[in-house]
Amino acid sequence: MVRPFIDKIVTANDLREGDVVYLTEGNNWSRHLAEAEVLQDEATAKARLAVGSSDVLNIIGAYLADVTPAETGPEPRHFREEFRRTGPSNYFHGKQESAENV
Amino acid sequence: MYKYSQFDSDFIRQRNAQFRAQIERRLNGSLTEDEFKPLRLMNGLYLQLHAYMLRVAIPYGSLNGGQMRQLAMIADRWDKGYGHFTTRQNIQFNWPKLPDVADILDALGDVDMHAIQTSGNTIRNVTADHFAGAAADELEDPRPYAELIRQWSTDHPEFQFLPRKFKIALSGSPRDRAVTRAHDIGLRMVKKQGLVGFEVIIGGGLGRTPMIGKVIREFITPADLLPYLEAIVSVWNLLGRRDNKYKARIKITVHEHGIDKIRALVEERFALLRGSFQGNDQRLLEQIRTGFAPPTFKTGPVKAFEQRYGLDRVFRDWVNTNTHPHRNHAYAIVSISLKTPGKTPGDASAEQMRVMAEIAEHYGHDELRVSHEQNLILPHVHKSDLETVHKMLQRAGLAAANIGLISDIIACPGMDYCALATARSIPIAQEIATHFDTLKAEHDIGVLKVKISGCINACGHHHIGHIGILGLDRAGVENYQITLGGDATETAAIGDRAGPGFSADEIVPAIDRLVTAYLELRTDRSEAFLQTYRRVGLAPFKTALYPETTRIRQVNAA
Repeated sequence: MVRPFIDKIVTANDLREGDVVYLTEGNNWSRHLAEAEVLQDEATAKARLAVGSSDVLNIIGAYLADVTPAETGPEPRHFREEFRRTGPSNYFHGKQESAENV
Repeated sequence: MYKYSQFDSDFIRQRNAQFRAQIERRLNGSLTEDEFKPLRLMNGLYLQLHAYMLRVAIPYGSLNGGQMRQLAMIADRWDKGYGHFTTRQNIQFNWPKLPDVADILDALGDVDMHAIQTSGNTIRNVTADHFAGAAADELEDPRPYAELIRQWSTDHPEFQFLPRKFKIALSGSPRDRAVTRAHDIGLRMVKKQGLVGFEVIIGGGLGRTPMIGKVIREFITPADLLPYLEAIVSVWNLLGRRDNKYKARIKITVHEHGIDKIRALVEERFALLRGSFQGNDQRLLEQIRTGFAPPTFKTGPVKAFEQRYGLDRVFRDWVNTNTHPHRNHAYAIVSISLKTPGKTPGDASAEQMRVMAEIAEHYGHDELRVSHEQNLILPHVHKSDLETVHKMLQRAGLAAANIGLISDIIACPGMDYCALATARSIPIAQEIATHFDTLKAEHDIGVLKVKISGCINACGHHHIGHIGILGLDRAGVENYQITLGGDATETAAIGDRAGPGFSADEIVPAIDRLVTAYLELRTDRSEAFLQTYRRVGLAPFKTALYPETTRIRQVNAA
């Protein structure tokens, strides 16, 4: 049985700052998951990952992460991606330091 | 303390200049990430979940006030105002930016520090007993040997591309505070016919295949130490599995070939290498020793301390748990807890680092140590200064009286920071510590080592915790497995798995049930958790952990 495709986004870390970034439709890197381009089939996901990975002067370690679409934008399906979106949970000193960042 | 020679300083400057150029070439695209990654790892720079992480070596955990102040400066200037002390006696900065790293390394070089070989398949930072040079039970300070090993292993041309990382730990006391039995090589100082030497243990390690090390040689003299170590590493360098990184560590090599075959190969290699050292290492060792001369201990009455100890309960509790016997009876070894309940284990703010530096400079002969248990140590404090030191630590939020107790938890960074983690560790440590602190029960519970890892790589030493907790990802949900009866000391043991794991919500109640069971099972307060466990075994603790399963079994049996 073919498994249904799970929506994806392309994510990476910024080469200079290390921050978690997401590939947007306009081929920019955003620090906000809400601005990420949601990829709805495998071929597009592969192609967009290739685009993201090729931007070696700006990012490091691009990969595809599973998301669930929501009204406010894509939501992470795995807790690892939730922490990457917001920052460490032991105390709030990552992106979540400012509400505008998450 | 060892001071860098001109050679050392020049070497660090050159290495930093090389890495500065490599960073520039990565930023301008001349180097790909695949080319750059091994170079940055050789200089301690990782990429974690949210940012880069720079791991700085603190050889055998020793540093002085000036070095601690520099770490505080780096934390303030280039990071988020704190540092994280690790189980390998290192410090990690969690938020450096790539273009700043070369400046950070130069700032470290200014105070005789670096990040070389804190990552990669090399001989890593050499660790040692954090009470070295001060402990009442010590045969001899192991740090001159540790420094000799550091110099030998740094940039050793034969050992830059080993099958996997390689860790060496030394202890100078019969009481093993350096976890020598869970290292690739553990060196335990022993005396034979009046001569000091080392028992050599190899093949210990934690991770996905935990193993207690085996004795490869019962006694090696200091003169033969380096050639013998070189023989071990070079035998493993050839035999070690490079086809499978999970089977590459020396513990697997020893397991697959057997200790007797490895011993024979090492002896053969040792015979070849022994003559080539020609005494140069021993001359260097003698020079190094002068850097580790004991401080000039002050003399003075300790009566005021004894009076305060009798009168002040808070001070007395702190002295009882956070100081250890010093070889000079007028002195104490002070452990500064970085485990204030609710805080992140091993973290210190830049301000706290400066306070610790100030205390060391004024009341501690300018010496500090990092322990593998993620605490800081003032190895030499005259008892008459303990009250002042305690007050200064109280003001800085560093006076938690919990060394060795249930809230003194080792926890790896886990999924709050680490890219390899499968679950979080720090919040579990925070919750357990806060729970037992609220109950005010931990002094009654007594010595109980809880160690938490956020993945099977076991940086949090969970296998050798009296209670070990391993965080895993079970179908997208954090799940925590418990092991019991582990031991990090000279009676080292790998803990027994208790059974199915617990969710994040269930883990603190599960630990509470274990502790309640222990309090009911122990003969009296003098029997610590580990002793009770060894006496009664896993079964009663399992019943406490899984009451429902036990009840169902009983019903079925009836």
